[in-house]
Amino acid sequence: MAFARTWLLPALLLLAAVALPFLVPTYYVQFASKVLIMGILAMALNLVVGFGGLVSMCHAAFFGLAGYVLAIATPKYDPASFWTSFPLAVGVSAFAALIIGALALRTRGVYFIMVTLAFGEMLFFLFHDTKLAGGSDGAFINYKPDVTIGGVTLLNLDKPLIFYLTVLAFTVATIALLTMLVRSPFGHALQAARDNERRARSLGFPIFRLRLTAFVISGAVAGVAGYLAAAQYGYVAPQMLGWHVSATVLVMVLIGGLRSVAGPLVGALVLLGLEEVLKSSTEYWKLIEGLVVIAIVLMLPDGMRHLLNAVFGPADDRSEEAAVGEAKHV
Amino acid sequence: MSERAANASMQAVALSKSFGGLRAVADVSLDVHTDEIHAVIGPNGAGKSTLINLLSGDLHVSGGSIHLDGRDVTRLRSERRARAGIGRSFQKTTIFAQSTVHENVRLAAQAHAKSPLRMFGGVRGDAAVNRAAHEALEQTGLMPRKATPANKLSHGEQRQLEIAMVLATTPRIILLDEPLAGMGLQEARRIVELIASLRKGHAVLLVEHDMDAVFELADRLTVMQDGRVIATGSPNEVRRDPAVRAAYLGTHGDAA
Repeated sequence: MAFARTWLLPALLLLAAVALPFLVPTYYVQFASKVLIMGILAMALNLVVGFGGLVSMCHAAFFGLAGYVLAIATPKYDPASFWTSFPLAVGVSAFAALIIGALALRTRGVYFIMVTLAFGEMLFFLFHDTKLAGGSDGAFINYKPDVTIGGVTLLNLDKPLIFYLTVLAFTVATIALLTMLVRSPFGHALQAARDNERRARSLGFPIFRLRLTAFVISGAVAGVAGYLAAAQYGYVAPQMLGWHVSATVLVMVLIGGLRSVAGPLVGALVLLGLEEVLKSSTEYWKLIEGLVVIAIVLMLPDGMRHLLNAVFGPADDRSEEAAVGEAKHV
Repeated sequence: MSERAANASMQAVALSKSFGGLRAVADVSLDVHTDEIHAVIGPNGAGKSTLINLLSGDLHVSGGSIHLDGRDVTRLRSERRARAGIGRSFQKTTIFAQSTVHENVRLAAQAHAKSPLRMFGGVRGDAAVNRAAHEALEQTGLMPRKATPANKLSHGEQRQLEIAMVLATTPRIILLDEPLAGMGLQEARRIVELIASLRKGHAVLLVEHDMDAVFELADRLTVMQDGRVIATGSPNEVRRDPAVRAAYLGTHGDAA
């Protein structure tokens, strides 16, 4: 059973994912790429939300920044080189996460949500209200990034099949990276700080550095997703950085489960799949979608409980705060 | 007194802490030595917990200084003090409730490993961490419970676990904030024996309300009242001190 869970099921799923583009029309291959990209973003977010207990509302900014870097790095009549634009895009996202994290991680709970939200919106308005990369109109990326070595094209990302398989490879790499992190001493310390910050601190864990590291890694992986999304659509717009995307991805995390690495990928599939089905069947799809999401979240109350714990602290931790408050007034 | 202070493991000099207008701790000096249990007693509101929080770095001092083996650690944050060898338990049980007993203790040991935040490889590979965790479980008698989630333990066992976690960090100084609080007789007995076993190789500062336990365990006693030290010395000296009798032990004697 353990073998089946750890190896057999993932292997079968991967096999199905590789076989998929050969079995369905191009439209669904592109849809699958979109699901995987949003899945990468949701898994990245869950490193800080689920494993770190930090509800970030600015991950769309890291996602969008990387997309904009690709847009700016792509010349009008030529593709950008993947080898320079990709590290640059991910680097910019990581750097933004370092700056925002260094400031926001001085707060906790609801304040952390509000501070990250504010930083995310600042970046949104930076692209919305200035002439930078097309302002509120956004910018086109006329050519997909060029993956060549010595004049030989390794991957032609213009082909939906190749693009999909590339995204799939990034998805597998993301799962592998996050799984390694979560199971490492670093990951255990991150979860310990989530469960009881005071105890983790008094044991000697450097909480701030621990969380900042997780936040930067998470921001960088969100950047990977943003780069791929911009490459897929050939277009970036300020909305990519807005809180609406951050909230949507948080819903994916909530649906998929906060305690597993790949769960948010399932959340992305459920939410985007739901959208796809509803869009084609009813005009009021957003209303129905909202109701279904609420129903799912209510049926899986664990996700909601974990989220509330992250915002307000675990129930018994809260009374402990009170106890220390009393102690302080000795 | 000065000779003792010279080889003190931890020394507090003229510590004070104010919360707004309230002076919770005022001009408190004390020291703790290796192989010794130094108990701090006093009525509720005397500032004992605040004192422990100052020593551990959970609260910043308003005045005075704290030295660890002669080194000034007054400005060191709590996690740095923990790394420097100060372990503490809390008045209210503070553990990782969802994790197993073993994971609680292992995390404590991990915090003091060579690379506590290693990002690759699992958490079972570090021999030094495993050894520290194993020894802490052995010493506290929690080995049979190691696979149990911490929130399924009895209150007494949770207090034991908290001490096990402190031990797994291989501290030189141990600060215990009311380790017997809310415990039944049987459970208290086990913890008292456990604390007695900590004396060897550690400097233990014990804040406790249970007078029988305090007089059984303490090598030295400091009595606090209204944030100040009103007496310090051996348990017998303190017992005879008229100021203490008036302020504190007298009422205890009446009750007993």
